[in-house]
Amino acid sequence: MNFWLLSPELSLVGIALTVILLDLFIQQKKVLAAISVFGLIIPIAFTIALWGENQASFSGMLVVDNFSLFFKFLILGITSLVILSSMDYARKFARFQGEYYALILLSAGGLMLMGSTGELISIYIALELASISLYALVSFLKDPKSSEAGLKYMILGAISSAVLLLGMAFVFGITGTTHLDQIADKVGALVSGGQLWDSPALLFGIVLLIAGFGFKIASVPFQMWVPDVYEGAPTPITAFLSVASKAAGIAVILRVFYTAFGIAEISADWAMIFAVLGAISMTIGNVVAIAQSNIKRMLGYSSIAHAGFLMVGLAAIGTLGQSGVLFFLAGYALANLGAFIAIIAISNKIGSDEIADYSGMARRSPVISFALAFSLISLIGIPPAVGFMAKFFIFNAAIQQDLLWLVLIAALNSVISAYYYLRVVKVMYVNEPTSEEPIPSSIPLRISLAIASIGVLVLGVYPWLVLRLAENAVAMFP
Amino acid sequence: MSLGIEHYLILSAILFSIGLYGALAKRNAVVILMCIEIMLNAVNIAMVAFSRYLMPDTVVLTGQVFAIFIMTVAAAEAAVGLAIIITIYRNRRSVDVEQADLMRG
Repeated sequence: MNFWLLSPELSLVGIALTVILLDLFIQQKKVLAAISVFGLIIPIAFTIALWGENQASFSGMLVVDNFSLFFKFLILGITSLVILSSMDYARKFARFQGEYYALILLSAGGLMLMGSTGELISIYIALELASISLYALVSFLKDPKSSEAGLKYMILGAISSAVLLLGMAFVFGITGTTHLDQIADKVGALVSGGQLWDSPALLFGIVLLIAGFGFKIASVPFQMWVPDVYEGAPTPITAFLSVASKAAGIAVILRVFYTAFGIAEISADWAMIFAVLGAISMTIGNVVAIAQSNIKRMLGYSSIAHAGFLMVGLAAIGTLGQSGVLFFLAGYALANLGAFIAIIAISNKIGSDEIADYSGMARRSPVISFALAFSLISLIGIPPAVGFMAKFFIFNAAIQQDLLWLVLIAALNSVISAYYYLRVVKVMYVNEPTSEEPIPSSIPLRISLAIASIGVLVLGVYPWLVLRLAENAVAMFP
Repeated sequence: MSLGIEHYLILSAILFSIGLYGALAKRNAVVILMCIEIMLNAVNIAMVAFSRYLMPDTVVLTGQVFAIFIMTVAAAEAAVGLAIIITIYRNRRSVDVEQADLMRG
């Protein structure tokens, strides 16, 4: 039991509980947001101090290595940007702001643990800690749309975790252990004994695991919840869902599949499943996004498409694919957060998420519109934004693994996606504004928008700043 | 005839299928929550059966411990789920999921 290794999560939960407690006494609710943001410095500091550590504790349930620390850092960064950008929006919740920030922090704690466990039970507990907080957050507005989104997310999330659990039961039943490294030993013994496919139960278990995790990262065919939940949820929570939840889902997929099922006889099979699901995800996401008139819904379909691009990286077995996926997640997080923060500012003023209502926004608020346009350009994958480098690394990894057909589909999809992203840019810059009123924005929101946009540009020009970290992080995979 | 692991796994599979069918086909949100509970308990049966039959001689109780964790988490999930269903009910005086169709497409 080494509590030093658990310090980022422990301090994060400590801050969440402090926020709930102080909520009872503090009338000025903005203080709670400040406590949450400044409090996040503590877990970030612990994460940086732990970098380079490589050990397991709590009988293998907690694994701290550069891979898990990379994801902890990513999720903490996302959480602080989301809290900074929530401050304006949170006025809608009036007296429930304390619970709002505390739930975000608790959910972040669960997401951080998802990437740093080496054992199936703790993966499930971490996943549920993150999900149950998110169910409450999605329905936080309590209006008809938000509660409907919460209901859909909760029901489908619970079904998918039941499917995931059945997969875990079969993997446990065949291998007799829930520790990922021991599962790998057992699978290796089955392969060398030539009895791997004597029983289809293991294959069935692996497929169910992919289904359960696929829900988290919003991949086809488990993407039905995405557009409705994204549209109905409070916008900062949509941003949090689209990047943090996806990042943790990818972390857990990488960890489980490369550690437990990394042996070449099986990895070729699950890589093919990811390749096919990835191709379908990006095609469906991009084609349906064209028809959307609501910008949050459009970004929901774009998130499905990006799950497809990430799965191209998962299908490209090897270090290049792994580090490419990590870099892609960092770039996607910055670009998507930039877009959502701009949307929060604009929809706070105009009270609508319809793309048509964004007409002439560039004249009403040049800076926010430019940040939104730049983020969308990054999501297309045009240099100098980070999206270009992210796609470049992943496509390169896939070509090295002879997945040329997949890269061709992905490249074609990038072209399709340019249409609906650029349509928003066109509406903002070419169409006539409906009024001349500027868009107000608070200082915390401007800070978070600036961090996201500058991050997109800097990582697009100097990608190795993060790529080196990503390569360090995946070095621990065999 | 003695009971083997296959009997428990078949029971688990039947229960899981009933739960999944109900969760996808029923219209009342509370009934859907109950169906999800059936699915989780089907998994519990499979977990405990695997644990008991694959490692009868050892004192490893992984499957049983897993089942206890699943029950605990299911209770928390049901609490949040019922809270969400109450907000739905307050908004539209009904818990019929087919009427929850403000957003589609």
